[in-house]
Formats: sequence, structure tokens, C-alpha cells
Amino acid sequence: MMEIRKTYFADERSDNGLKEVGQSRQRSDVPGHIRGMTPFYADRQIPGLLHIRMVRSPYHHARILAIDVSAAERHPGVKRVITAKDVPHNVYTILNLIGIGPEDEPVLAFDKVRWLGEPIVAIVAASERSAYEAAALVRVDYEELPAVFDMEEALKPGAPLVNEYHGQNNYRYDSGECRKVRLGDVEEGFRGAEFILEQRYDSSPIEHAPTETTGCVVVPGQNNRLTCYTGTQAVFFTLDNASIILNVPGQHLHFVGGTAGGGFGGKVDCIVEPIALLAAMLTGRPVAFIYNRYEEMQISSPRAAERIYIKDGVMKDGRIVARQVRCYVDAGAYSRHSPYGAQKSAAHFPGPYTIPHVSIDSYCVYTNRTPSSAMRGFGVTIGDFALEVQMDKLARMIGMDPLEFRFVNAYRDGDMKAHHQVTEGAALIECMQEASILANWPVDPRYLQMSSRQGRG
Amino acid sequence: MTKVPVQLTLNGEERAEFIDSGTTLLRLLRDKMGDFTLKAGCLQGTCGTCTVLVDGEPRLACLTLAEDCAAKAVETVAGLSGNGSLHPLQQAFLDNFAAQCGFCTPGMLMAAKVLLEANPHPSRADVVEALAGNICRCTGYEPIIQAVLSVSRGSAPRAASGERA
Amino acid sequence: MPLAYQSFSELSAAAALLGADSGARLLGGGTLLVRRVNEGDTSIDTYVRLRDPKLLLLDAAGETVRLGAGITMSRIAREPALTFLAPVAKAIGGPAVRAAATIGGNLFAPSPYGDFGVALLALGATISVENTRGTSEFPAEAFFDARDDLDAGSIVTAVTFRRPANGAFRFLKVSRVRPKGAAVLSIAAMVNRTNGIVVEPRIAFGAMAKTAIRAHGAENALNGMALTAESIERAVGIAAEETSPATDAIASGWYRKTVLPVHLRRLLLDALAEEV
Repeated sequence: MMEIRKTYFADERSDNGLKEVGQSRQRSDVPGHIRGMTPFYADRQIPGLLHIRMVRSPYHHARILAIDVSAAERHPGVKRVITAKDVPHNVYTILNLIGIGPEDEPVLAFDKVRWLGEPIVAIVAASERSAYEAAALVRVDYEELPAVFDMEEALKPGAPLVNEYHGQNNYRYDSGECRKVRLGDVEEGFRGAEFILEQRYDSSPIEHAPTETTGCVVVPGQNNRLTCYTGTQAVFFTLDNASIILNVPGQHLHFVGGTAGGGFGGKVDCIVEPIALLAAMLTGRPVAFIYNRYEEMQISSPRAAERIYIKDGVMKDGRIVARQVRCYVDAGAYSRHSPYGAQKSAAHFPGPYTIPHVSIDSYCVYTNRTPSSAMRGFGVTIGDFALEVQMDKLARMIGMDPLEFRFVNAYRDGDMKAHHQVTEGAALIECMQEASILANWPVDPRYLQMSSRQGRG
Repeated sequence: MTKVPVQLTLNGEERAEFIDSGTTLLRLLRDKMGDFTLKAGCLQGTCGTCTVLVDGEPRLACLTLAEDCAAKAVETVAGLSGNGSLHPLQQAFLDNFAAQCGFCTPGMLMAAKVLLEANPHPSRADVVEALAGNICRCTGYEPIIQAVLSVSRGSAPRAASGERA
Repeated sequence: MPLAYQSFSELSAAAALLGADSGARLLGGGTLLVRRVNEGDTSIDTYVRLRDPKLLLLDAAGETVRLGAGITMSRIAREPALTFLAPVAKAIGGPAVRAAATIGGNLFAPSPYGDFGVALLALGATISVENTRGTSEFPAEAFFDARDDLDAGSIVTAVTFRRPANGAFRFLKVSRVRPKGAAVLSIAAMVNRTNGIVVEPRIAFGAMAKTAIRAHGAENALNGMALTAESIERAVGIAAEETSPATDAIASGWYRKTVLPVHLRRLLLDALAEEV
């Protein structure tokens, strides 16, 4: 049962209207789940359904010299073979609609591949088996190129250039090579610090691995309309992007979705719908494009790998006086959501703590890895891992209880945050007080007297 | 290519279809017989979302050939609720928050059904072992285990969080 | 080429087809074969189903146990006369996999799968292989050596072994996901003792080489010795030397080699602790 602690911020509460909060309620979708009737995108019988299998780059980085689909086109069961020239606007524009570029990724590769698995040729066939057979008959001539997988290596002069669109291996923000946050003067802060701790934190790409794989089924209708049943988490985004890529009016596209067999951020890239729609348009037949498990693991975007350097200056009494963070977010071969993620990251450091001198540099870096994208608080989650491990290490270094250490540094209303916003509505102190009680992790009574609404003084 | 006939019983009803040779039971049930309760999560026998019963035994439909199921009795979630009322397991899943996205739910229900028919009062370890072939990416498994145990206890549903059997 | 399915009630006809058609494969439980087809292996074009009843014969009444290659893991797990094999059968897949997975299929399962084969190695089993020309009996170790080069029309029909003395057969499987999951490694051991002296032990490892293998070095270190903490330590110390584990999605070769001695020590100390 959920419990609500009404003693905190009691004067700000108005609970009389609360009817649902704190009550146990059945989830509205479970009646469908338990009957197996929840309509996932693939849960329909469609006569004459065609199947897409994508031919993908076997190299991490290579020039495409020639593509020969003639044998595939002749294979029994194949209805159409789609290459870059068939795509009306062959550019993924994922966040273009909210003003975040860049247009650096093709829907189907034509001159170069920048990651192992990049899509090149779509086979549209009467059965999965004939699609697999025909895919094996596609001949692509490559000139393999050196590849780079480590972000700091990618940023060194002379590193293989991943994407000519950017001309360098990091995204250029309007602020320059990275997103920057500055407050005070960290060098002055470090000079005055009694202890310094500098650490590096690394995370790997993480795959969402939903139980239902990425996919969609497209059924052509009347008057050039198409219905797309999809597992995307971003139905309207995907519709709009498909409309741009296919150069068809949005009102011709009817997207049915909003039900995903697990998404976790992994189904926001509008990656299968444009090709499936195009295949349906070109063949006049219904088409399914469904990732197999290899594609879900290796091809679908993961959470970005990150490398985070944190250098802190701290006093014996527990105050952090300076925090310098350099964060690298691995976008993989293309931008997708990563420029946005690295930006969020910059705003999220240094964490919910008031520190007078702060410097944050957050880079969005390109490597020849699978393009990364959204997952559960992307831009923030891994940063929190690094920050909180660092907090524990700092506490241990100065011989202080790690929870008490956080009380000392917790932000309060009125404090200036590193990105020049004044703190309001802070509640970290109260959460930690309750956590101390619930977890039976006692802290000095003076920390139980603290309040987010009272400055440090 | 010649089609072959396959006849079997699906949730008590005689069904027959013509299929391509080598078709899996998964494809027969979903694409031909219109039973979408079982899911195609992995096609490699790892996720368990295609778990059905064949002659009372749990089977992975994605790895089972339709031609091996001739004259057999197949059961899916579509046959769980008779006369419109829910099977006790279905009610228990509803009451115990044992589903979020719902994709693993049919497989979990069939695996749990097999367990309770062989062992009406399983221990927690029995339940965990019975569900060992089913992956859930959303719930962390605990609500599902609690739901199954609540049926075995024959008791009222547990509160949503925190309590253990 | 489209898929075909052919069913036979008699072994020689199945063997003939398998020998003639390079795209034909014998079906066991399908857990590995149908998976490969699902995932786009178009080199397989014919499923061969053999319903010969001799593949299901289970003779576990006496001192010699003979099991048909078509017997499933779940059948073994519930057989009262084979309780010593239940831990092995139950360590393979989940309940639905066990309802389909067969002894024969497990013998051909690529590492890190194939835990039942590890047990058969330790049991000193004989593997009966039949083709159109007749039957061959392979000691398990020889079977694994020859397995990938057998003639295309060869079919495993049964496995035979002597019933182990109570408590002599030990098995453990290490996996990252429990209760099911592919092996980081598995160990099976026959530790027969007469008056406390180890007599002709057999130790087998799974997921430590291309196939299940015997650990002859460790066996020799124990053979003719009293089973003690010291003799166990000597065996454990050299156990990893004969192994060449792969690095795969489950574990690195380094990890497997590093933890093998730890698990072997536990298994042997458990055997020591039991009164046998």
C-alpha cells in the first residue's frame, strides 16, 4: 500500500481533493492483457502479407562501391527490392519537428556505411524464408575503412571521420564543441579545497530488450491512404517523420499504435515505419517489417555509452566547493536523440547539490557504433550513477557518513543552481530524512532538523 | 507448392487448416487460426511468450511444428475463461498488478496453469521454477509470483507492494 | 527453396533421406533446429521426423540403463528410477523446453549447450549410432570426437550406461540466469570409492571446449587416492589446464577457466562430505 507522509510541507498540502492518489487501483489495460486480447501491432490476420528483410552492412565503416540487387529481384517470392534511390526524402529527421537537427542519417545507405548493421537494401517478399534467401543474394561491394569505437579516440586529431555531414566526430552546439555550464571559478574552488578527488566513470551501451520486438504492419487502403499498425512509443512523431520521408501528406497516413510490448525508450526512433510504408506503396500489398532478435539486440538503438570524468574539491566539514565534470555521450554513428541527451546531461550535473564553483562540459560524440537513442531518463540516468558513486567516495575519503554528507550539500530553495536557475520546490532534504527513518540508517539529529525551505546561512 | 492439411483441437474445438510444410504451431495458431493470445517474442525458445499446452504439456509454439501436432489438443489463453468468467489465475493477475505491457502475460498464464494442475499448492521455489522459461521485462517478476501463489493459497489478493509469501 | 517435412516410422528410411539430401535434418525436440530455421538458416530445407518406437524405449529397471535418444528431459526428470539424472534434466531450459528437448538432440547441441552430454560422459555411457549400413557403439568420449564428422545418414538411437552407486554421480551447472540459462560451465563426475579410495573416476566438463570433454588430468590426480581435501586440491589445481573455453555472450573464456577450479572444488568437497 502506498503511504503518504503528510507531515512534510504540511502547510502547502491540500489533500481534501485527493480521491485517487494513495488508493490501490487496477490498471486499466490489465483486463486486456490477461485475456491475451491487448492489440499489439502484429495481432492481426492479413491475407497476402509481404515480409521485409533488410540487408545490412557487415562492416563497421566502409565506402559502398556498388550495389547489385539483380539476383535478389529475380528470386521466387520477391515482390520488390528497395534501395536508397527509391526513398523520396532519404533522410531520418527524428527530432527535426521540435527544431533539433541534424539531418545526418540516411534511411537507406548509398555511398557509405558507418556502423555494423546499417540498413542498405530492403527485400520485400511473399514469405520470411524467401526474403532471407533473397537477402543473401544481394551483392554489395565495399571498401573497408578504419573504424573508431572509443569516444576519446574519436575526438583525437587523425581519428577516422565517422560522418562527413559533421566534418568532425562531435556534434557542434551553438555554444561550441560541447554543452557548457559555468558557475563561479572551479580553479579557484580547487585551490581552496582541502581534499581533491578525480574519478572516471564508464558505462556500456544498454539494450532495452523488450519482450516484443520493434516492428510494424502496413495495410494499404483506398485513395492512397495507408494504415500502419505499429509498436512505436512515438506515434505522432513517427507519422510526421514518415510523411516527410515519403513526401506524402500526413492525412494519408493512419497510424494505429500506443500499445507496445515493452518500450523503455527503445521504440522512439521511427525506424521501421517509413520503409514498411514505402514497400506497401510500391507493391500495393500489406507489408510487415518486424525485427528478429538479432536486430533487436544489435541493430535497434541502445542507451548511449557514456564516459564521465568528475573532479571535486571538498572541505573537511563535508562541503563540496568545486565540481568539474567532463561528460562524453556516445551517439554511435548518427545523432538521433543524442545531442538532446548530452544537453540534458549538462543541465543535470552537478546533481541536486549546491556547489559554488561548477564547470560542466558535455559532449555528443560520434563513433562507428550502433546509433544510440532514448532509454529511461537518457542523459540523466548514467550521470546519476556517476554522481552518486562519487558522492559515496567523497564521503569515505573525508570519513563522513554518506547520507550525512548529502545533507550537508543538498540544495535548498533560493540556492543558485549551476545553470543559473534559482532552486525552488526542493525536497531532497525531506526525502533523505524519511529515507533515514525507513531504512533505519540513523543520522545526526541536526540533519533531521534541516529544511529545504531554509538556506544554509 | 503443395499445402498440407493439419487438424487438431484448439481449446476444445476441432480445427483444420492447410499449411505450408514446416510451418510452426505459432504461425498456424496466429496466422491461420486467428488466435493472437500467444505471441512471437523471440522465435528462438528463450522468451516463453509463445507458451501453449499440447496434450497437457507446456510447449513453445515457435519451436513446435504444426505437422507434429496433428490430432493433438492445444490450449491457449483464449480458452482460459469459460462462459465469460475469468480463470482464477487471470483474476489473480488482475488483482496483483501482475502485468504492465502485457506481452509476457499469456505465456506466464499458461506456464502457471500447468504448474497448478500438477501441483495445486506449490512453494515459491516451485513457482519460480515453473516460470523459469518465461521472460518479463517490466514487472521484475515478483507480482507475477505473488499472483500465482495467491491462487495456490486460495486466499484473497495481496496488497500491491512489499509483502512476500 | 521451400521447407519440407517428412515423417518416417522406420529408421532406415529416415537415414537414407538424411544421407541423400544435404538440406535434411533430423528433428529431436526442435529447440535448436527450428530455431535456426526461424532465424533465417535457409540451408535447412527438410525436417525429418522419425517416430520409430525404439527411440522412446526407457529401460532403467536394472544395473544397465538404456535410454532411447527420443526421450525428453521432462520424461527423465519425472522417472523414479533415474532420480540421479533429475538435476541434469532440470538444469536444461525451462519446463516447455524440457517437454521437447531430447537426449539425442542434446548430444549434438553446440557448446555452451549440451549439459546432458556432459552427464553421459561422466557416466561412461555408450552411444548407439545407426545408419543404413548398421549400428556402431561409441564410448561417449569417442562419440564427441567423431560427432561433427559422422556420415550424414547417422542417427543416434540410444545411450547406455551402468547405474551409478548411490551418491557416486555428481552434477552442477553454473549459469548467469537461474533456474534456467545456458551454461557458464557444467561439471559431471562419477566418484566411486571403495574403502575411501577413489576408483576410476570420471570427470566431465561442459562449455569448457568445443564439445563436452573428460578431465583426464584431474581424474588421474584422484585415481587410486583417498578422497581428501588434499587430493581434491591437487585435482582442482590442474583441472583448467586441459580446457579451451570459448568467449561468448554468456562468459569469457578467461572467466570460465578462472572459476572452473572453484566449482570443481565445491563439487568434490560435497562428495567428500557425504557418507558413501
